[in-house]
This record gives sequence, C-alpha cells and structure tokens, in this order.
Amino acid sequence: MSLPADSNQAAASPVAARHLAAVSARGPWALAFRRLRRNRSAVASVVVLLIVVLLTLLAPVYADYLGVDPFRSNLRGQIEIGGEAVAVMQQSTTGLGLGVTPIGPTWNPAGYMLGADNQGRDVAARLLYGGRNSLLIAGAATAICLVLATLVGIVAGFLGGVVDMVLSRILDVLWAFPVYLLAISLSIVLLTSTIDLGIVTITAGSLALPIFIIGIIYVPYVARPVRARVLTLRQSEFVLAAVGLGLPTQRILRHDILPNLMPTIIVFVPILLALAIVTESALSYLSIGVQPPDASWGTIIQDGQSLLYSRPAVALAPGIAIVITVLALNVLGDAVRDALDPRGQVR
Amino acid sequence: MTLLDVNDLRVSFASERGPLTVVHDVSFTVGTGEVLGIVGESGSGKTVSLLSVLGLLDKRVTTVTGQVSFRDQSLLDLPDREMRKIRGRDIALISQDPMTALTPVHTIGAQIAEQIRAHEDVSRKAVRARAVELLRDVRIPAPEQALDRFPHELSGGMRQRVAIAMALSCNPALVVADEPTTALDTTVQAQVLDLLRALRQSHGSSVVLITHDMGVVAEMADRVAVMYAGRVVETGPVADVFNDPWHPYTWGLLASIPPLTGPRQGRLYSIPGMPPAPGTALPGCAYAARCPSAMPICQTPPPEQGDGAHRALCFLDAGQRAKARPKAGALA
Amino acid sequence: MLATVLARLAQMIFVMFGISVLVFLIFFATPGSDPAARIAGRNAAPETVEQIRREFGFDRSLPVQYAVMMKRLFVTRDLTSFVNRGQKVIPQVLDAVPATLSLVAGAAVLWVIGSLFVGVVAAAMRDTVVDRGLMILSLIGISMPVFWLGEVMNLLSQSRFHDTWLFSWVPGLGYVPLSESVGGWFKALVIPWITLAVLYIGIYGRILRANLIEAYSEDYIRTARAKGLSPTRIMLRHALRTSLLPFVTMFGLDFGALVGGAALLTEVVFGLNGVGRLTFHALQNLDLPVILATVIYASFFVVAANAVVDMLYAVIDPRVRK
Repeated sequence: MSLPADSNQAAASPVAARHLAAVSARGPWALAFRRLRRNRSAVASVVVLLIVVLLTLLAPVYADYLGVDPFRSNLRGQIEIGGEAVAVMQQSTTGLGLGVTPIGPTWNPAGYMLGADNQGRDVAARLLYGGRNSLLIAGAATAICLVLATLVGIVAGFLGGVVDMVLSRILDVLWAFPVYLLAISLSIVLLTSTIDLGIVTITAGSLALPIFIIGIIYVPYVARPVRARVLTLRQSEFVLAAVGLGLPTQRILRHDILPNLMPTIIVFVPILLALAIVTESALSYLSIGVQPPDASWGTIIQDGQSLLYSRPAVALAPGIAIVITVLALNVLGDAVRDALDPRGQVR
Repeated sequence: MTLLDVNDLRVSFASERGPLTVVHDVSFTVGTGEVLGIVGESGSGKTVSLLSVLGLLDKRVTTVTGQVSFRDQSLLDLPDREMRKIRGRDIALISQDPMTALTPVHTIGAQIAEQIRAHEDVSRKAVRARAVELLRDVRIPAPEQALDRFPHELSGGMRQRVAIAMALSCNPALVVADEPTTALDTTVQAQVLDLLRALRQSHGSSVVLITHDMGVVAEMADRVAVMYAGRVVETGPVADVFNDPWHPYTWGLLASIPPLTGPRQGRLYSIPGMPPAPGTALPGCAYAARCPSAMPICQTPPPEQGDGAHRALCFLDAGQRAKARPKAGALA
Repeated sequence: MLATVLARLAQMIFVMFGISVLVFLIFFATPGSDPAARIAGRNAAPETVEQIRREFGFDRSLPVQYAVMMKRLFVTRDLTSFVNRGQKVIPQVLDAVPATLSLVAGAAVLWVIGSLFVGVVAAAMRDTVVDRGLMILSLIGISMPVFWLGEVMNLLSQSRFHDTWLFSWVPGLGYVPLSESVGGWFKALVIPWITLAVLYIGIYGRILRANLIEAYSEDYIRTARAKGLSPTRIMLRHALRTSLLPFVTMFGLDFGALVGGAALLTEVVFGLNGVGRLTFHALQNLDLPVILATVIYASFFVVAANAVVDMLYAVIDPRVRK
C-alpha cells in the first residue's frame, strides 16, 4: 500500500531543490495559501465563519429593527401574531397551570423568531448579542494565549539552560492541572475580588475575566510545541551560522526564528478559537464565565435549562450556533494544518 | 528454465500534474537458480519495478501494465487473495533498510513464525524449531535466545540477517533482495553477501539483486540488467557486460569504480549531469543529455542492439562503439 | 525498569506538589480581596472571618499557610464549609467519588471501544463513503459542547421520546449506587456514558485513523505484506499495535480533561451526585473550601492516573523497557 522511498523525489535534481529552498520565504506561504484555496471544505468553512461573524455584528441593527432591548425583561409584553395581540408570557397549560410559559418560536424574523426566554426577552436577538460576546472573548483569549505562549516558548527554547528548565517545569505543572479545574479555580477567586492593576481596574463582572482566564489556561498547550520548534530551529544550520557570525540575538529572533515559527503558531489559531468558544460556553453555563446582564451563548443555554422540556428552542439555538461555528473552525483547522504543517506536530 | 518473465512493464503514479510514468517498458527474465543483478542510480525505477511485480504498490494511485508471469502464471491480474499465497512463499522480499523493516512491537521469533504459519499448517513447536534453524543458517549467535528478542535489541547487520531468514523461511523459488547491503557497513556488507551466496547454494533459490553498486553485481550476479530513467538500457551475462559494455551509461558506471591497478586517480570520476525527473516525457534516449557520444539521431527512440543474451538500448552499433568508448582510465 | 518507575513516581510527586502550591496561591494569595472573607462566604459575621484568619494561619507567613492548608486537606481532613455551617468537606468529597468514578470509568471504556472501531474502520476503508461519513460524524461530535449534548439527550430521553420504546427504560435524572441496584446503576448511567464518550470518540477516532494511515506507509508494513499476511492481520497486529502507543499517551492527557471538565459538566446536566456536581453547587454558593478540596483531590487523581498510564506505556512499548 505504500510508495517506495525512492520514487519521485529522489530523481528530481538536488540542485534545483536547493535553489527552491533558498528562494525567499514567500514561496512556502504562497504554496500553502494555494493549497488552502483549493480545499473546498476549507473555503466553505471560511464562508460560514464570515456569515456567523457578520450576523453577530449586526446584533444592534437587529435589535433596532425589532424595537426591543433584548436585555430588559419583557414580562408583560405583547406581540402580534397573525393580526392578533398575543401575550409574551402565557398561562402555563402543563402541571397545575399556575406558572407562566414564554411563547415558542414564531419563525417570523419580525419578532420572537425563536421565542422568548424566562424573562420574556427575544431569544433570537439575544442569540446575536451573545454570539458577539462569545466570539469576542474567544478572539481576545486566543490572541493573549498565542502572544504569551510564543513569548514563553521562545524564551525557554532559545535561552535554554536554567531558564528553560524552570519554565518547562512550570509548564509541566500547569499542563498537568486539568484545564477546566484551573479555570474554575481562577474564575471563582477572581469573581469574588476586584483586581486593581493600577492602570486599569477589572471588576468581577467584566468580560476581561473570562478572556484573561481562557487565555492563560491554554498557554501550556501552545507553549510546549512552540518551545520544541524553537529548540529544533536553534539547532538548524542557518541559526547556528547566524550565531556563529555574532549577529545580535534580536535579529536572529526576528529574521530566523520567528518567521519559521509562524506556521506552527498559525495552525493553532482555529484550534484555539474553537477551544475558547467551547470553554467559554462551559464556564458561562456554570455561571462562572460571562456574568449577567451580559449574555453569551453559554449563558443562554443556562437560561434555557429550566425551559428545556417546554421551550427547548432557548437551549437548542445557542448550542446549534456553537456547533456550527466550532465545526467550521475544526474543518478550517484541519485544512490549515494540512497546508502548513503536514508532518503534524500539533494535535 | 525461466522462473520469472517480465515483459513491457510500465508503472505510472497518479499525481497532481497527471500520471507520472516511472518505469517504461521494462523487460527482464530470471531463470531457475540464477542471480539477476539490477543496477542503477536512485530513482532509476529498479525498486518500483520489482514492487509492482509483487503487487506491493498502492493500487489506488498506481497503474501497472505489461505482462508478468511467474512459473507461467500471470501475476498482474491475479486477485489479491491469490497473490498473497505467492508472496512470502514462492517469491520473498528482503527490504532495503533493516532498521525499519521489522515491526518494532513483536519479537523476531513471532515475526518469523507468523510468516511460516501464514503459508503452512505447522505446529507451534515445529515452527519454533524451524525458526531456530533459520536463524542458525543466517549465522545469528544463540538463536534460541534471539527468537525472543525485539528488533531494537539487534544491530543493523543482525536485523538484515533476520530479514533474510524470514525471507527464506518458506523456501521461496525467487528472492528479491532490494539493496540488501546499502544500509550496512562495508564489513557487514561482505558478510551478508557471503551469506546470500551460501544460502543460494543450499536453498537453490533464484535471486533478483537490486543494487547501485557495480562491485556487488560483479561479485554476486550471473546476469545483469542496467536501468536508467525507468528503462533497461543494457542487459546480459555479467562477464559480457563487464568486459564489453555496449551502453555509454554502463561505461560511465564502470568508470566510476576506482581501479585497483594503474596510476592513482587525481579525482574520482562521476557522470556529469543529473537523470531526468520522473515523468518527464523525452522524445528520444533518456541518457542523451549526459552522453558524451550523443548524436542528433538520439532525439528519437533508440533501437535495441543485439538479439542474444547481451542487448542494449542505443544507437551506437558495434563499429561506432569501439571508437566511442574511451580507453580505460582515460576518463579520470 | 524499577528505575523508570521510581523516576516517574518522583515526577508525579513533584507535579502534585506544584499543583498544590498553585492552588494555594490562587485561593489564598490572589490580590484583590481578603482570603479569609472569601472563604467565609457571603454575609459572614466578622467573628467568623476572624476565626478563619486564625485557623488558616493568615496572620502567619505564606509557607505556614500552605502547610496549614495541606494539613487540613489531607492529614486532619477537618476542613469545613462555611456556607453549609460545619459540614465537613473532605468526607463529602469522598462520598461523591463513587458516582464520578462510575461515570468516568464507563465513559472511558466506551471511548476506547468506540474510537478503536471508528479509527480502524475508517483507516481500512480509507477514502470511501464509510470513511468520510465516520470522519464527518467525528467532527460533529467534537464540535458539540458536552453539556449541551447532555441537554439534548435529556430532552429526547426524558421528555420527547420518553414514552417510546427507545427511551422508556431511562430512569429519572440521578445516580443510583451500585450497591443499591446493579440494573438501576447501569440504566441511570448509559445515557451519560454515551454523552461523555461521543466527544472523545470523535477526537480519538480521527487521531487513530491518522496514525494508522501513517503506519501503513512504514517499511515494516511493506515487509508484512511481502510476507503474504492477510490484510486483517496486518491491520490489527502490525499497524494497530504500533499505532496504539501515541493513543495511550494521549489517553492519559485527555483523561485529565475528562475528569476535570467534561465529567463535571455531565454530572451537572444529568444530576449525578459526583464530585463535579458537588463542585457546581459550591460554585453557585461561592463555597470556597469545597471548591478547594474538590480541585485538589481531582487534580491529584488525574496526575496519579497519568503516571499510571505512563508506566503502563512501558508494558506496551518494548522499546521503552530498558
């Protein structure tokens, strides 16, 4: 089932191969990009992601159009269905008939397309606003994580010695700490305190908390492969040559190490985004992520829990939104990895 | 008696740029009890040819055409189930790199036993006894203990012997040895070649010996086929080809061997230029670009010279050859 | 071999120590508010806060505080909750362990069997409809938040289809101890097991498939084929056997994620009284001593499990045994 080792490659001219490698770094990038462009599922997932982002960005526009504030309770509201005024919170017909049940999906974009939640709020509008927060948190956390992990990975891998040993031990311990438990510990403690960093004060309800926490917990996940890559690069001939020539470290880092590190880092972007979205939704579901009055897909699922059997749309819709977004990110992540890192150093 | 008859074998791989033909109309035969050396550079298609004969290439990306008959049975259109019976039992393969040829997680005893039991119905005790015999034949010390060793506990030379033992375990009529000594040190090389020679005597198998080393061919082979860019450019009895080579590529190969006698060479000779990339469609002779005797007519497909045992794919006829071939040592 | 085991155990102890220090720093040394007040919970009397300050040694140096914490967690085990006055935390945690273990063990079994099946079948039927279908299903499985999948399963099995033959056997949400009824225990756990396993079958099925395909391009597979072995034998005894190694290492890593995260969420969704649910309630009540205890005990368990898996690795891979 395998191709023998000396098939196509060996017969090609080594001279030509050396020449190709010496060509500027745009070569492999253009090649990777072309491979990505040709991959139809990758293109499809990018389109899906763009649609999702666009929809969530239009959240205020939609709320305007509906004429409601999706963050304000609307227990006594009424909407028009088929020319008749209908109360948003209906008398419950199940059980003893003593409670109220919000209306179900009207499937009409003009109002309560996905129904109302416990507080009579428009679920569809909240879905869009929640998406905005979820995506914002995921994006910011991913950025923080990548920056920190790259920093740590480069410092540990490049400097080596004691610094590397200490950093690696710390990374090992951090990595051994189950990610969600670490997130829970950090969240619960930070939620009950106010951090004063001097220049900025982060209060308990701020979105900065989930961003910061999610960004931190995945640092070992990225830093370890980055460090491994830096170690390999450090031993590569062109870096050894640069060091031997006495070039300043900063230049070596900027010209030799960093550009060759980019593929490894870029592969992590879709993966981290997907992880961040799921982690944020889990934390928010547990009530230790995004705090009310803010909403995110996770909080809406939590909102929908008490309505699960009567009005499942509230819990189902944000979940489906997450599945679609994360699926697109996973497909894209696979494609990016195939295009940039075929040897698979990233899981 | 002809054991293996390969005719007009053509192998193409599917690629992004369309099918790449790596082996072009290769023909050779192997008789009972003889050693055929197939010699050529990396990428000349020698391994691919033999792998395609054994049906070991990935059918999804490879197209193989031509006629291959083993003991008068056509192999190419044989269903896999039938082919499996032939592999390992009638035709055995010894791979190039002994370091990676054995499964790392099973003992070598288990791996030898597995092959025997795949083809013969033998009791476990008998299989084990036979495995010990085989290891003794390939001169592995303490064969009973060796059976329970894992591949990583053995050196490269030892592993190659195990591979040979495995290949011979079912007394195959034909053994294909793919560069059996390339990955080994010279001293170990000599031992392995000795072994192959001895075993060929005792087991009576035919051998197809793939190599890039003319020295190995001279030492081991009865007949030789020289391959270049996926084609057999010269073939014949070893003595004939070595004493009176017809094809300029063979001249080049022989000239690359430093002579034992004569004036010391200032610089080792190597054939200038590179072989064409596989799949490149060439109008004429594949070697023309590097051939010192190239003529304008070489841009058209060369004919076959000779019609007996000794043949070459070249435009040079007997007369032109004598003039074209440089004197021994003159290429240095 | 003994040396490797000892070395691995030493590393395990080191990591546990590191985690305990980290937890300590997070819970007791985070700037921004008084740790004593945090532990005391909301609406605590000033005397309680003072008492806590003394009991936990907040008036002493950090290392002493650390020692006190560790002592109360493991030696005297008298850590008490202040939200549920006087409730001893450690026994509470230990009582919750059987439910979590049942959930995690069953899910792990399903996960291993499921991913072996998916990985082997997909690799063997590579590029066919079956392969592509399995991979798409795996991708979807990975993309579903586990707690949401649990909710969906509940919706289907407890509400919408509860009266049909499909799910009529599903008991109400909650854990049934094994000692009480084996059948009940099993029936209560089946759906949670499946929910938890789906995510990991997705991940591992894909990885195993990739590993198998890579193994197939190795030389020793070519040797095996040249020996005339059947494709089944080659797949199972040669390709799979060698591909299991990275599988096992990653299993160890993900087991941690399972226990620390996915299992927790699953317990909450299905109402299973395990350590996860305990943690969840504590989160809602801001009951820090409970969270402290569950986090440390769970982390230690995960680290120990990882060490065991690592040592098991030596059994599977003869190359590591020296």
